Amino acid sequence: MNWIIDIGTNTLTKVVGIGRAFLMLTGALIAFPQWKNVRLTIKQIYIVGVQSLLIIMVSGLFIGMVMALQGYTILVDYGAEGSLGPMVSLSLLRELGPVVTGLLFAGRAGSALTAEIGLMKATEQLSSLEMMAVDPLRRIVAPRMWAGVIAMPMLALIFSAIGILGGHLVGVEWLGVDSGSYWSIMQATVEWDKDVVNGVIKSIVFAIVVTWIAIFKGYDAIPTSEGISLATTQTVVLSSLTVLGLDFVLTALMFGIN
Amino acid sequence: MNDHLVEIQNITFSRSERLIYDDISISIPKGKITAIMGPSGIGKTTMLRLIGGQLKPDKGDITFAGKSIPAMSRSTLYQTRKSMSMLFQSGALFTDMSVFDNVAFALREHTQLSESVIKTLVLLKLEAVGLRGAAQLLPSELSGGMARRAALARAIALDPELIMYDEPFAGQDPISMGVLVKLIRSLSEALSVTSIVVTHDVNEVLDIADYVYILANQKVIGHGTAQQIKQSDSPLVQQFLQGQADGPVPFHYPAPTLQAQLLGEDK
Repeated sequence: MNWIIDIGTNTLTKVVGIGRAFLMLTGALIAFPQWKNVRLTIKQIYIVGVQSLLIIMVSGLFIGMVMALQGYTILVDYGAEGSLGPMVSLSLLRELGPVVTGLLFAGRAGSALTAEIGLMKATEQLSSLEMMAVDPLRRIVAPRMWAGVIAMPMLALIFSAIGILGGHLVGVEWLGVDSGSYWSIMQATVEWDKDVVNGVIKSIVFAIVVTWIAIFKGYDAIPTSEGISLATTQTVVLSSLTVLGLDFVLTALMFGIN
Repeated sequence: MNDHLVEIQNITFSRSERLIYDDISISIPKGKITAIMGPSGIGKTTMLRLIGGQLKPDKGDITFAGKSIPAMSRSTLYQTRKSMSMLFQSGALFTDMSVFDNVAFALREHTQLSESVIKTLVLLKLEAVGLRGAAQLLPSELSGGMARRAALARAIALDPELIMYDEPFAGQDPISMGVLVKLIRSLSEALSVTSIVVTHDVNEVLDIADYVYILANQKVIGHGTAQQIKQSDSPLVQQFLQGQADGPVPFHYPAPTLQAQLLGEDK
């Protein structure tokens, strides 16, 4: 009978956890408009956004280059290498930009957020904020939440842009695709609302989910070294899986049903 | 009961099915140093968190200046916390700020004072704990004793009515211990603030405490002035004061007899 009890306990723990995560989110976001928090948010945008730029740009460059390489070898058989531009740009804007940025962001910034907040909890900094009558939800959680949500869509756009340039580098400069057709067919094919806006919407959704998971896992971590290590792992695993799962749902909603 | 700043009335508290307090009452007199002592692991820190409203008792009431803490709304509670402060065992300094900014933190958060006034106030607080020269250091550059003094300066930044010290002497060398004892006493006298010291360092605290509570086995096992406590005839109190390994608080964690376990008879 023990396994029935286990199922019940686990389900309850999960549901209670989701409830606490929502409480944390509402507590943090209701409190936002304060001038001090704007300054803290800008600092966090620097930490999670600007400092993630390098990994995002390098990844974007290589993914764009690889796609041009792979795409060219297939397209050239059909004499369709002129379509390399739209192929690279559509894959990046619709899928790879938001998704890969989401995954990289979870690994680069999400894990850092979890570890930082978890350690703040373990060293009683969060408790001491509470005792100093400063709400840690406003002071610690809200700026980081907003910073993630603001920074990640921008990172996704930068990722796509650099990827398109990487595709140009390999496809046009190296393999000799006509530069004019690379850009002009791309411009003719890519639609602002269908491709660019949908990609941005995806990355905003991923940003909310990844940042939320990262912050909550830190805030809810067991304040020991094992607890923080577990929370950091859970952040990366859970947010990567959620990004991939949500991507399927969003793609189905945006492009699947006409 | 105007002469009591904090009243703990018949509280019962349990955490994940373990009973921590069973119907305890404690009164903290205003402007005095009250010590709460007891063996490790009986929830002395929990008591401070209950007073600070970070935890809620299962039963009973805690009042601060006559107002019930568990019944407060979130915003009233935050308002009330401005007049209490807590010195954490680890110091809990914000590791990304200098000592100066740590002490200035509460002033910048809760007051509209100009930066030059804040500077004066912070330097005065740091002077009181002897760390004016360390204002620009980061918490990671401080020794354990200095970190605790810096945390003390931060705790008194808003001139609270109540300071709660969580194990202020734990892990300190005799010199820093002496410094902290002197600081706690002089702060209490100079600012006439109410202090609660939670500790198991018997000798240090009996020197400075005006009133002492000893907790064990989920109950208050003895209370009185330091003198009364020393003369207590309760075996439990005496075991604690004299640090005897075995007695009413057993040396052994509950277990079957050694013989039974070694011979495998416990199964």
